[in-house]
Amino acid sequence: MLYDLLLAPFVEFPFMRRALVGGLAISLAAAPIGVFLMLRRMSLIGDAMAHAILPGAALGFLIGGLSLGMMTLGGLIAGFGVAIASGFVSRTTLVKEDMALAAFYLVSLALGVTLISASRSNLDLLALLFGSILALDDPTLVLIVSVASATLIALAVGYRGVVMECLDPGFAAGVTRFGWVFHFGFLTFVVLNLVAGFHALGTLLVVGIMMLPAGSARLWTDDVSAMIAIAIPLAMVANLVGLLGSYHLGMASGPAIILVAGLIYGASLALGPHGIVRRYFPRRHLEA
Amino acid sequence: MADPILAFEDLTLGYDRHPAVHHLDGRIEPGTLLAIVGPNGGGKSTLLKGIAGRLAPLAGRIVNTFPHMAYMPQVGDLSRDFPVTVFDLALTGLCGRRGMFGRISRSERDRAVEAIGLVGLSGFEQRSIRTLSGGQLQRLLFARLMLQDAPLILLDEPFTAIDQRTIDDLLEIVARWHGEGRTILAVLHDLELVRRHFPETLLLARDPLGWGPTAAVLTQDRLETARQMAEAFDRSAAECHRAA
Repeated sequence: MLYDLLLAPFVEFPFMRRALVGGLAISLAAAPIGVFLMLRRMSLIGDAMAHAILPGAALGFLIGGLSLGMMTLGGLIAGFGVAIASGFVSRTTLVKEDMALAAFYLVSLALGVTLISASRSNLDLLALLFGSILALDDPTLVLIVSVASATLIALAVGYRGVVMECLDPGFAAGVTRFGWVFHFGFLTFVVLNLVAGFHALGTLLVVGIMMLPAGSARLWTDDVSAMIAIAIPLAMVANLVGLLGSYHLGMASGPAIILVAGLIYGASLALGPHGIVRRYFPRRHLEA
Repeated sequence: MADPILAFEDLTLGYDRHPAVHHLDGRIEPGTLLAIVGPNGGGKSTLLKGIAGRLAPLAGRIVNTFPHMAYMPQVGDLSRDFPVTVFDLALTGLCGRRGMFGRISRSERDRAVEAIGLVGLSGFEQRSIRTLSGGQLQRLLFARLMLQDAPLILLDEPFTAIDQRTIDDLLEIVARWHGEGRTILAVLHDLELVRRHFPETLLLARDPLGWGPTAAVLTQDRLETARQMAEAFDRSAAECHRAA
């Protein structure tokens, strides 16, 4: 019974195993990235970036067909182009980062959609937007796992710099001239994870596995490292439960994963020590 | 090694071509404890920003051969609801020395505990910085300054909105730094406090109105002149051609 429910899908179907491996790898790297995006108040930046990547990936498809290489390259070029351009604008003019990014991604999106419609191709826009986690081939899995490994290593090495850039950028600028390296390095990994993740979850839903576990973790703890330690397993659980749910109930897998992440977020909102229930039913205050 | 130098050569700092510090000349001897006073808009914070390298001069230059400095801005970029503990925030003072990768040793951790104790925050180590009061946060920022262990320290209105006991505690730390031979520049508004604790003063109202022993600078005449400084920029000001 329990076997049928939890293990059989993965034992019997290789595509389920691949989906699980891909999803767990994405969770491992995207969740900590999401924690830092949230702490920098850049929660929606991931979404904007994802929109910027979409036209790049679509262009890659138009040039090379449904090829992992071309679509990845297109996504990377569009993502980095927008990240670098908006970073440059926000650091040299009075325009702040959110506006700089908004401008570039909107132009990128409009340009991409124009090109796609001009070419009258049969591009499956839905697959790009919402991914195909049940159809991960070997090269795609290798890409996802490589990006996850690189992200974890980079975060471990650059942890202090990334935290300092979030916590007190002015102070960081005073003690090191290389604050911008951490900033751009971090954005690089945001783009890498979005591009690796969109093959599985699509350009839009991949943002969900980044941000929802991070938002959930925020409600349970008041410490950055603990937040990361909580966000990763939450993302993994969302992947596992989402895949199983989609298998047994015959739902689309990518959205199912994000829905489970959403349920976890909802539960955290309600029950977390910094959540709603505690807000309206506070425990008695303490002695001084 | 030669003593480090901090000197201003015909320095003009400002915003959008309008000067906030106008033609400042002078030299700060190592070990000086200098108060910078003057009206709002008189260029005090601007001068510190210039020394800290956050603002490029409009004209003239700043010569600074101090190997490193610690700068506490009036309004910092510190994100107060960032989830870190008091102890971790104090430890960030070591980033100048240890960089973003260097290992923080046992003895440095002990120094952080000691600094937190010296600013009167013992027992707060594991508290989130979100839960601190304004004065407690200011104490914590002083602990971070201590760990920065800099020979040149710039303080921009360090005692604003702070209770008297905290001010006394923090002044004791400033005196200790002075005793250790560090060079300290502090922007202040409380003239009584300046007279009691700061041997030297720079009176700045866009133009420098006096610089030297505190008693000689803070005279009735000069303070009156400083009060009369027009705060607003003259929109149609002509270009300045004062000779260097």
